[in-house]
Amino acid sequence: MLELNNIRAGYGKRQILNGVSLTVPKGKLVTVIGPNGSGKSTFFKSAAGIIPILSGEILIDGTKAADLSRSETAKKIAYLAQGKSVPDMTVFQLVLHGRFPHLSYPRRYTEKDKRLAIAALEKTGLAERAEIPLSSLSGGMRQNAYIAMALAQDTDYILLDEPTTYLDISHQLSLMKNLRELAKEGKGVAAVLHDLPLAFTFSDIIAVLSGGEITACGEPLKICKSGIISEVFGTKLNYSEAESCYYYKY
Amino acid sequence: MKRLPKYCSGKTARIKTLYLAGAALVLLAAFLGILLGSTPLKFSEIINAAGEGFSSTAAGRIFLYVRLPRTAASLVCGAALAVSGAVIQGVLANRLASPSIIGVNSGAGLAVTLCAALGIYGGWRLSLFSFLGAFGAVMLISLGSRRWGASRGTVILIGVALSSFFNAISNAVVTFIPDIGVMSNDFKVGEFSGVAYQRLIPSAILILITIVVLFTLTNELDVLSLGEEGARSLGMNTSAMRTLFLMLAASLAGCAVSIAGLLSFVGLIVPHAVRRLSGSGSSSLLGLCALYGGAFVCLCDTAARTLFSPYEIPVGIIMAFLGAPFFVFILIKGKGGHGDA
Repeated sequence: MLELNNIRAGYGKRQILNGVSLTVPKGKLVTVIGPNGSGKSTFFKSAAGIIPILSGEILIDGTKAADLSRSETAKKIAYLAQGKSVPDMTVFQLVLHGRFPHLSYPRRYTEKDKRLAIAALEKTGLAERAEIPLSSLSGGMRQNAYIAMALAQDTDYILLDEPTTYLDISHQLSLMKNLRELAKEGKGVAAVLHDLPLAFTFSDIIAVLSGGEITACGEPLKICKSGIISEVFGTKLNYSEAESCYYYKY
Repeated sequence: MKRLPKYCSGKTARIKTLYLAGAALVLLAAFLGILLGSTPLKFSEIINAAGEGFSSTAAGRIFLYVRLPRTAASLVCGAALAVSGAVIQGVLANRLASPSIIGVNSGAGLAVTLCAALGIYGGWRLSLFSFLGAFGAVMLISLGSRRWGASRGTVILIGVALSSFFNAISNAVVTFIPDIGVMSNDFKVGEFSGVAYQRLIPSAILILITIVVLFTLTNELDVLSLGEEGARSLGMNTSAMRTLFLMLAASLAGCAVSIAGLLSFVGLIVPHAVRRLSGSGSSSLLGLCALYGGAFVCLCDTAARTLFSPYEIPVGIIMAFLGAPFFVFILIKGKGGHGDA
């Protein structure tokens, strides 16, 4: 499991996270929710080793992340950033670069790497678009291409920062089903989401991050009934037992 | 087991065609570069001279001491500046960046001027100092833009200011020591007349080595173009890799400047055109930039010495005529720096 213990992190002198702890077990989908500026992205960046932590400890399957090199961490944790560039390359080339941490200089992708990239493309429905430049994809498809790259990275843990951005509702649902599928395959999946009904419907664990601290963490229904959502977001989230779904009450 | 699709090789039919066309263009440019000039040569004269010894005939001497080094220099410098531009644009994630625009060439030009003031006019020391000048400039831009969080447009403006600053120092040196013979108009706009093997060979060797090294790092350049977070998430030490790429780009630009002076716009026009044609990753981009950059400069140089024959104009003038409108075109189209110029 991926254990984040008492993490303090920030940018320069500005501390954003004030001792955040969370566990991402293998086989589970954990979703972090919280208002804008609560530190969700900073938390994921710290967990993936993108930014250094000020204090605390990150354990990947019992091994201290601090003892691992950057590429060793990248073999364990795939991280999908919120803002992504549009480099000059084809969809297949982007997805293939998911295999980058698994190779050493001079990095030449093997047939196995290429087959894993093709499998990731098929899983995300992009196999037919493998040859076209990334720049000619729509925002949603580009998002899918980046998700395929994270899949090709073939890690035990996947962290996705707002992966549903740019996706229409049908693609959002398809993505969430894919994330559930990945968790079912034994990967530990964590995502930052803003759509609460979507997050509560598909996740095994919900963590509420507010003001740089985890204010609640647990099963979705328990969190929904706890009243923490109204406290943090000022909006009530309800659960309909008749329809087995979550909805906002304005 | 099912065969891998063709696109997995990275060399699509389009890329292969572009490589073939580029190679043909280089051959054509070299052929024209050697045969055309104020004294046109015939192919048969060169073949005959090869049999009798190049120094024995006038055509042989022109070929060996004028046209061959000049054509080789234009091919090598064009390839170096185009590849350097492609690398700098990738590393700084800014399509408007090129060695001449962000002050890299001027940094190398300052180093060449100081070398001349110290009596160094060729050889390895000149190449080394040119590289140091270019590297100093590109590192100033890179570190400054990251430290101040400069936008892509601001990076270009900082580069323009830096370029003017370096040129001002170079001009001041020449004002105080007018006999050193550099920072002439020809040097400022770039030219290949009078290129000697002594100046060409060390820089050409360094350029070739650098391009070969860059070809082994194309996946790294691709990953770096995913942005800071994207590259780090794939396990890359981005600071070290960025510095390495800027060193290699500076080596290319510095060596080119030590041969030809401050050639402008090659590093901007060629990578842009190649990107539009290939739309592929760094592997194809660098290879095609080397071919088309070399051919472009060689053809421009041939035009520079034949258009107004027997008068010759510096090749930089021809390239600026083509490059300046192209630069404006990129700005207007808003494509520079991913639409954030």
